Amino acid sequence: MTLHLSIMLWLPLAFGVLGLFVRSHYAGWVAIVGAAATLACAVLCVVDFDASATGLQFVTNEPWIRELGISYKLGIDGLNLFLVALTGILWFSCTLWAKFDERTHPRERSQLFYFHLALAETAVLGALLAQDLALFVVFFDLMLVPFFFLTGIWGGAKRVQATMKLVIYTLVGSLLMLTAAIATGVIAAAGPPDISFAFSDLAQRPLSTSSQEWIFLFFAAAFLVKMPAFPLHGWMPDGYRAMPLPVLAVFSGVLSKVAAYGFLRVCLPLFPAASAHFQTLLLLIALASILYGSAMAFTTTEARLVLGYSSVAQLGFITLGVFALDPQGAQGAILQAFNHGLVVAPAFFVVALLAARSSGSEDIRDMGGIAMRAPVLAVVFLIIAFATLAMPGSSNFVGEFYILLGVFTQKIAIAIIASSGVVMAAVYGLRLYITTMHNRTGPRVESRELSFRDGLVVVPLVVLVLAIALYPQFALKRSARTVDAITLPVALKTKALAGWTSYAPLKETP
Amino acid sequence: MSIAVAKLAGPHIDWAGLSPLIAVLGGALVVLLLGLTRSRAAREMAVPGLSIVALGITIALAVSQWGERKDLIAGALRLDELTLSLTIVFCVAGISAILLSWRHIAPREAAHGEYHALLLTSIGGMVVLVAAQNLVTVFLGLELLSIPLYVLCATEMRRASSLEAGLKYLVIGSVGSATLLYGLAFLYGATGSTDFSGIAHALGGGDLATDPLLLTGIALVIVGLAFKSSVAPFHQWTPDVYQGAPTPVTAFMAVATKAAAFGVMLRLFDVALIDAAVDWAPLLAALAAITIVVGNVGALGQSSLKRLLAYSSVAQAGYMLAGVVVASRLGLQATVFYIAVYLVMNLAAFAVIVVRERETAFGDDIASLNGIGASRPLLAWPMTIAMLALAGFPATAGFIGKFYLIDAAVSGGYTWLAVFIVVGSMISLAYYLKVIAAIWMTPADDEVAASVPVPLPGGDQPLLAGGSDEATSVRANGESVAVALVFGTLTLVLGIVPSPLFDAVRDAGAALGLL
Repeated sequence: MTLHLSIMLWLPLAFGVLGLFVRSHYAGWVAIVGAAATLACAVLCVVDFDASATGLQFVTNEPWIRELGISYKLGIDGLNLFLVALTGILWFSCTLWAKFDERTHPRERSQLFYFHLALAETAVLGALLAQDLALFVVFFDLMLVPFFFLTGIWGGAKRVQATMKLVIYTLVGSLLMLTAAIATGVIAAAGPPDISFAFSDLAQRPLSTSSQEWIFLFFAAAFLVKMPAFPLHGWMPDGYRAMPLPVLAVFSGVLSKVAAYGFLRVCLPLFPAASAHFQTLLLLIALASILYGSAMAFTTTEARLVLGYSSVAQLGFITLGVFALDPQGAQGAILQAFNHGLVVAPAFFVVALLAARSSGSEDIRDMGGIAMRAPVLAVVFLIIAFATLAMPGSSNFVGEFYILLGVFTQKIAIAIIASSGVVMAAVYGLRLYITTMHNRTGPRVESRELSFRDGLVVVPLVVLVLAIALYPQFALKRSARTVDAITLPVALKTKALAGWTSYAPLKETP
Repeated sequence: MSIAVAKLAGPHIDWAGLSPLIAVLGGALVVLLLGLTRSRAAREMAVPGLSIVALGITIALAVSQWGERKDLIAGALRLDELTLSLTIVFCVAGISAILLSWRHIAPREAAHGEYHALLLTSIGGMVVLVAAQNLVTVFLGLELLSIPLYVLCATEMRRASSLEAGLKYLVIGSVGSATLLYGLAFLYGATGSTDFSGIAHALGGGDLATDPLLLTGIALVIVGLAFKSSVAPFHQWTPDVYQGAPTPVTAFMAVATKAAAFGVMLRLFDVALIDAAVDWAPLLAALAAITIVVGNVGALGQSSLKRLLAYSSVAQAGYMLAGVVVASRLGLQATVFYIAVYLVMNLAAFAVIVVRERETAFGDDIASLNGIGASRPLLAWPMTIAMLALAGFPATAGFIGKFYLIDAAVSGGYTWLAVFIVVGSMISLAYYLKVIAAIWMTPADDEVAASVPVPLPGGDQPLLAGGSDEATSVRANGESVAVALVFGTLTLVLGIVPSPLFDAVRDAGAALGLL
C-alpha cells in the first residue's frame, strides 16, 4: 500500500482552514479531528515502514519551482520517522488539551487559535518530511509564523515583547540559513540551469572544504538558536513565560527536535568535512548547554522554566549525540529526541494541572502537598519525572546511554563531564517533584484528583513513555540503517582529522 | 497628396508596436476633456471609469504584443518583453491608484479630469522611459513621468503637507533630472552616440574604460537615477513626500516610479554600459549595501505607516539594485520578478492604509491599525500578508522574490551582497512585526474612542458589533477593500504558485540578450 505523504502534510492545515468557517464552539473539535486523522497517517507510516530497507520510503517528488531548482520532494527514513510520529502524537494531545482548557480559560477568537495551531503542525511536518533543502528552509521558517501569533495573541504577561524577541532571535538564524542554503545549491551546481536543491543531488556534489565551513556555521547558527543551545537561548525564558501552555508543550516537544534533526539531515551528509572540523566546537556548546541548563533548572522556581532549562540541557545531550559523529551517538540522539518530546509535553500538562491546584501560581514555592489528595496525578508525575532524569529502565536512560557511548569512543574528556549532566538531571527532576507534590501543603493549595478529561490527555502519553521504555528496540531498529548511512562517512573523516582534543583510540571502522 | 506625405514621412512608424503607449496617452486626452463637462456623474464616475478602461486596453495591447522584439521609431524605443511586462506593472499600479482614489479627497479638489489625465500621462512617461533605447528618449520619458507626479503630490490643495510634498518633490526631482541630464551629456561626449547600441559598440573596444569623461558621466547618471529610485544617500525626500502626498498617489509612486527607474537602469547598465561594468558595478554594489542598511534602520523608529513604508521602499530598492549589479540574465530576471512582487505586496498594504485613514482619526499612524484583527478581518489579513511578504516570510511572494535575488547575487559572485540582503531583512523584521502586533495583539478600545466623532458622556462608547462594522466598512470603501483583498491574495498565491510569473520574467530576461 502506498501512502501519500502530501495528504498527511496538508491534512492539519485543511482542517484548520475549515475550522475558520465554523462557529467558535466547534472549531476545536474540527481541529481535533484533523489532528487525529494526521496521527492516524503517522501511525500508518510507522507500521508500514520497512526497517530493513535503506533510503527513503513513501517518496513524493514533483518539481515546484523549476527555474530555481526547487522540488516538492517528501520522504521518510529512519531519521524522521519517529519525529513525524512524535509530531502527530503531541499535536493530537495538545489540541485536545487546548479544547478542554477552554472550559476554565475561555479563549477569544478560538477559530483563529486552532487555525494557527494546525498551520504549525503542517509547517513542522513539512520541515521533517522535506527532502529538498529549499523546501526544508521554507517550512523551517514557516514554523515560526503560527507561533508568533499563538504567543502574541493568546499568551500571558508581556506576550508581545516575548513573541517579538522569539521571532527575531530565531529568524536571524533562519535567514542566515537561507543564504547558506542558496549558496549550497548555487555552488554545487555547474551552472544556473543545472541547479537543484534535492538532498540526494546535493549529496553527490560535494562542496569545497572552505565553502562547507562558512555554510556549516550559518546552518549551525539557525539550529542552535532554535534548540535553544547555551549562548543563544536568550529568547527562551521570556518566550516560555508568555506562551500558552498547550502551545508551549508542542513548541518545546517538537520544534527544538526539528533543529537537532536539521543537523542530522543537512549538516552531516552535505557538509561532512565541516562537521568533522567543527566537531569540538559543537560538542563544547552542547556541554555548556548541559551544564548551564541543569544549573538553571535547579535554581529557578518557576515550574515552566524548570522544564525550559531542562530542555536546554536535554537538547545539549541530543547535540552531543549528533556530534559524536558516531552511529551509536546519533541513534541515541534520535531516540532521545523522541523520548524528550514524549516526556516534556505531559510534564507541561502536569504544570498546568499543578497551577490549577495552587490558585493559578506556577511558582513551585506556592505549591506542595498536592500528592496527598491526588494519588493518580502523583503517579503520573512520578513516571514523567523518572523518565526526565533518565532513570535506568526508562527509555531516556537508553538514549543517554547510547549518546554517552558514542561520545566516549570519540572524546573521552567531554563524555566524562557530560555524564555529570545525568546526575544533575536527577537533582532538578526530583526537586521539582518533591517541592510540588510533597513537602508542606502550600497556603493556597487546593488539591484534587486528575479529572477524566485530564486523564484523556495525559494518560496515553504516559503509557507511551512506559511502552517505549520497555521496548526501545522498536525505535532503534527502525533508525539504525539510515543513521549508519549518514554518520559513517563523517566518522571516517573525523578519524582522519583527529586533532589535539581527540583522546580516543582510533578504532577500526566496520 | 499621398506623394507629399511620403516626402514628409520621417522614420517608419510601427503603429501596432506603439499601440500601448497610444492607448494610455489617448486615454489621458479623452479623460481630460470629459472632466470639463458639467455633469457631476460624468466627472465622478465616467472619468475614473474611462481611465481604468484605457489602462485595461493598454494591458490588453501589451499582452497581444507579447513575443515581439523590435525597434520603434528609428531605434528611439525598444519593444520587447521587458517593456511590455513593466507596462503591465504600471497599468496595474495605475488601476489600483484610481480605485484607491475613487472616494478620495484629492481628485475632487484637483478636478477629476486633471487628476486622472495626469496619472495617465505619468504612466505614458513610464512606458517611454522603460522602452527608451536612446539617451534623449530616456530623458524625455523621465520628465514625462516626473512632472505629472509633482502636480499629483500636491493635489490635496487645502492640506499644507500635501503642497509641501509636491514642492519638495519638484525641487529634488529637478535636481535629480538635471544631474541625470548632465551625466547623459557626458556619456554622449565619451562615446559619441546617444543610441544604446551605439554606446555599447563604442565601449566594446575596452579602451574607454578609464576615460574620465565616461567615468564622470556614469557617476552622474547613477546619482540622477538614484534620486528617482530613492537609493540612499539620495533618498531623503522619500519619507517626506510619501507622507505628504495623498495616499493613493503615494501608493502609485511607490510601486510604479520605482519599477520605471529600475527598468531604465536595467536597460542602461546591463545593455548600453555592460562593457563598462568594472566602472559602475562596485559603485552600485556599495550603494545597494548602503541603501539596504539606511532604509531598514530608518524604518525602525517610524510611527507613521506611510513613512515606514517609505523607508521600507528605500530598503527594497537596495535589494532590487543588487539584481542590477549582478548584470547577468539571472540578476535581470530576479529584479523584474521582485518589481512585480513588490507591486503586489505594497498595493495590498497601501489599500489598507487608505481605508483606515478614512475610518479613524489616527491618519496613517500605526495606531490606526490597532485591533483590526478582531473587528476587520478583511483588512487585517491583507495587511498581515503584505507585511510578512515584505519581511520575506515563506509561503508569500516576498520570500520567492528574495530567494531569487539572493540566488542571483550568489551566482554572480556577490555573496557579500546576499548577506547584506539577509542582514537587512533581519533588521526589517522589527518594524514589520510591529505593524502585525498592532493589528492582532493590541486592543482596539482607543481606536473606537477616537473614531467615534462625539464621545458619549461617562466614557460609555457605543460598541460596534464585529459583523456589521465590517459590513459598513466594506460598503463605504468597497473599491479599496477589494484592492487590498485582490493583492493580498495574489501575494499568497504567487508565493505558492510562482510559475506563471517566472515564465513572464524569463521572456523579459531573454529579451536583453544577457548571459
